[in-house]
Amino acid sequence: MLYGVTIIFAALFAGEALSRLAHLPVPGSVMGMLLLLLLALWRQGFDARVTHFATHLLRYLALLFIPAGVGLMTLSDKIGSQGLALILTMVFSTLITMAVTAWVLQFLLKRQAAKNQARSQEVQP
Amino acid sequence: MTWQTVWQPLTQIPIIWLLLTLGAYVISEGIYLAAGRFPKLQPVLHPVLLSVIMLITLLHYTQVSYGTYFAGAMPIHLLLGPATVALAIPLYANLQRVREYLAPLLIALLVGSLLGILSGLLIGHALGLSPTSLISIAPKSVTTPIAMALAQHAGGNVSLAAGFVILTGICGAVLAVPLFQLLRVDNEIAQGFAMGIAAHGVGTSRALQMSETTGAFAGLAMGLNGVLTSLILSLVLSGWFYFF
Repeated sequence: MLYGVTIIFAALFAGEALSRLAHLPVPGSVMGMLLLLLLALWRQGFDARVTHFATHLLRYLALLFIPAGVGLMTLSDKIGSQGLALILTMVFSTLITMAVTAWVLQFLLKRQAAKNQARSQEVQP
Repeated sequence: MTWQTVWQPLTQIPIIWLLLTLGAYVISEGIYLAAGRFPKLQPVLHPVLLSVIMLITLLHYTQVSYGTYFAGAMPIHLLLGPATVALAIPLYANLQRVREYLAPLLIALLVGSLLGILSGLLIGHALGLSPTSLISIAPKSVTTPIAMALAQHAGGNVSLAAGFVILTGICGAVLAVPLFQLLRVDNEIAQGFAMGIAAHGVGTSRALQMSETTGAFAGLAMGLNGVLTSLILSLVLSGWFYFF
């Protein structure tokens, strides 16, 4: 467990350091995730101890948003006049994103399946 | 002796806020799991939403400031950094699935990721949102820890961003099935991928209830969208504020 914690924190530190020193537009924690992903792609997998710690941490991921979420209480006067506009923006943007993504992918997958079928029919007359 | 004379000194023990946060989450998760018998209703009872409502209500009625609460709950907030790094593990595990449908998935990812950011900016702008609100709503489609880091990095409001992400996830999870029926999207891969792109973790847990394939591609889409949005968000935002 301690080894897994150390690797995760090392990746986080490396990501933060890289993000700050190189003035990257990507936050340090996300940079750390990318570095760890690159490490796994290079080594073709994760050490079981890293997976163990990460899985336990991610099991309670939702809990970690609560302190920031409670901060919404400080925004009531700022949101007040914009509340309806914010909700409408969120709902319509989400619907458009989900609808178009699903439609595009279904179209492309059907096209690929049709191509594959045509190819296999050529091979077996 | 009134309850205030007992309560006031207790609010100064920082661990009480850790305890109440954990307690609120344990109760909320219990309610959420009990609602599992009603899969369509379940996303509305998201544990984070319930916990936040409980804690805001408590702080409001006992007149404790957010500063006092946040200082006590800080250790939980600090774990967001390592948890974001840990997202590399499920992302790597899901990446193995991409090979077969590489081109369609990457095109859908690019379309969905850009649309998630741009549709929020366009609609928000048309409805007259302030720049801070626009920056906070732009990363709403990606998983909460990444969205919070991105909003903070770009000069948005972290609490507002966290609120949007959770509401977006709930909205996407509740509306996914009726939307797909309306549009006649019956392909499980397309359904799952779109839910992961538009509605991150909450969408993914709803997708897992639909089928294993739907859930797996939702998880993959959530991870890929987190990565792509992190890489392009600042570029899109600087372009946006250059023109508007």
